[in-house]
Amino acid sequence: MQIRDGKPTREAYGKAMLELAANDSNIYVVDCDIGKSCKTVPFSQQFPNQHVNVGIAEQNALGVGAGLATTGKIPFVTTYAVFGSMRMLEQIRQEVCYPQLNVKIACSHGGFTPANDGASHQGIEDIGIFRTIPNMTIVAPADYESAFELVKAAAKYDGPVYLRFTRDAVPSIYKSDDKFEIGKAVELNKGSDVTIICTGDILSKGVLATQQLEKEGISVKLLDMHTVKPLDKEAVLKAIKETKAIVTVEDHNIINGLGSAVAEVVAETGGCKFKRIGIQDQFGESAPYEHLLAKNGITVENIVDTCKKML
Amino acid sequence: MRQNNSVEFLKEKAIEVRTTILTMIHEAKSGHPGGSLSSADILAALYFDELNIRANDPKWEDRDRFVLSKGHACPVLYSCLALKEYFPYEEIHTLRKEGSILQGHPDMKRCPGIDISTGSLGQGLSVAVGMALAAKRDNKDYRVFCVVGDGESNEGQIWEAIETASKYELNNLVIILDQNRLQNDNICDVVMPSRDMVKKFEAFGCETLEIDGHKMEEITDAFDKIRDTKTNKPFAIVAHTTKGRGVSFMEDVVAWHGVAPNDEEYEIAIKEVKGGLVCK
Repeated sequence: MQIRDGKPTREAYGKAMLELAANDSNIYVVDCDIGKSCKTVPFSQQFPNQHVNVGIAEQNALGVGAGLATTGKIPFVTTYAVFGSMRMLEQIRQEVCYPQLNVKIACSHGGFTPANDGASHQGIEDIGIFRTIPNMTIVAPADYESAFELVKAAAKYDGPVYLRFTRDAVPSIYKSDDKFEIGKAVELNKGSDVTIICTGDILSKGVLATQQLEKEGISVKLLDMHTVKPLDKEAVLKAIKETKAIVTVEDHNIINGLGSAVAEVVAETGGCKFKRIGIQDQFGESAPYEHLLAKNGITVENIVDTCKKML
Repeated sequence: MRQNNSVEFLKEKAIEVRTTILTMIHEAKSGHPGGSLSSADILAALYFDELNIRANDPKWEDRDRFVLSKGHACPVLYSCLALKEYFPYEEIHTLRKEGSILQGHPDMKRCPGIDISTGSLGQGLSVAVGMALAAKRDNKDYRVFCVVGDGESNEGQIWEAIETASKYELNNLVIILDQNRLQNDNICDVVMPSRDMVKKFEAFGCETLEIDGHKMEEITDAFDKIRDTKTNKPFAIVAHTTKGRGVSFMEDVVAWHGVAPNDEEYEIAIKEVKGGLVCK
């Protein structure tokens, strides 16, 4: 469990799509004029027959994707998290989730990662929104390596999947040969005192907090809950059984994200001590990513303190 | 005509479609008769002649696709599917009932012959574009027909979809506007004037035809013309129709958008539609 400099996970998306398309002519990308930012330009150049760009028309993009899916294509409708989870939301509900069509919603700019773009472009509600829609699967990879593998896993998975990527670089944690299964949490560290559960780009903070706590003699179980829905309930139940407390950490609004999903399991099973760390139900602004996280208590120090206070 | 049926045969089918629409909505005690009746002649022409489909193989991959973008008018679609024996005709008695394949709005997972679930307005045409694009990319000959409402065309997504169809030269897509001039709250001109829909379709890059959507000859002539036209453009048919067509007291009456006829009204309505359409 070592942290290295990493790359934006949107770059892993672009690269994985090239590999997928090379092996399957049914893999499509539907762009909305932000292919450059979403890293699908090489795809459009190498696989023009599997690429569609509908312009700045997200609702239509989703519908075109649904139509392609009815004929057996596997379209990845590509945009930013704010637009993917809100501008095209009702279309996703009606034309993808309700008929369970095999459409992927692939979104860059998740959470605070488009830091300088400001609140309009920071998708901090996406996970919560999609959690409430039946048949949707939500995947938020933590780093470049896991994003690359999880995009490929999403392509193999038959049904709607929302993929959340980062605009900016995030530290790498995984090795390129690590394997991932949608719906199955990864246990990065075994422990018996406290469990830290992370999703998406802030996993590196969970890793650093774990290392800090272990130095102080506290045994930490660290889970990467890359799939927020369906939640790996077994992993949460195991954490309740094996450790005394659970802390969740996410770059997402504190309402209805990973923390809420885990809280539901904790509350309904009698559970254990439990705390959530996330965005404090407030919008961001144009500012460095780390500052935005810090303003919401999403820091290594706060994770460490929160864990210690519960023990 | 594509299958050499006669216009008289299609008119007979339109009568059967109308009686089925009225029967299912009457029995369900809810549903949308106005927009179902306005598109009955168009769908009769499609399902009993123009569409290249197989009722015994609803998912045949080379079939023509049909998208009812104005999904609330599904009684007209269910009537065609029932008469084509996609499912036993008796199913029409289950419309809007718990467990039915005939949901209040079309559900492709439950009902054979439904190519996409619709019901939320403005969305079906984008899906039709995706289907037509797939045919082009796969070098397949099937075509996609999409019926859109004029009230529905208030939705901006309709126009996003048409732009995409033009960009990708989807000459295998036929958009049919059921221009019945009425919508939920009032007449379109009061709620949101559509202005000149022919000019709008043309401006968005469609090869556009204008017909009386209740004259079977005009409907089949339009389909003939489309089959014979060499163009890179998607097709649009602006079909002038009357909401509630075929039932005198429903025609052009806003209130018949989404209510079912009672027993007495049903009996009168059935008698009227069985006589066929009275020319205007």
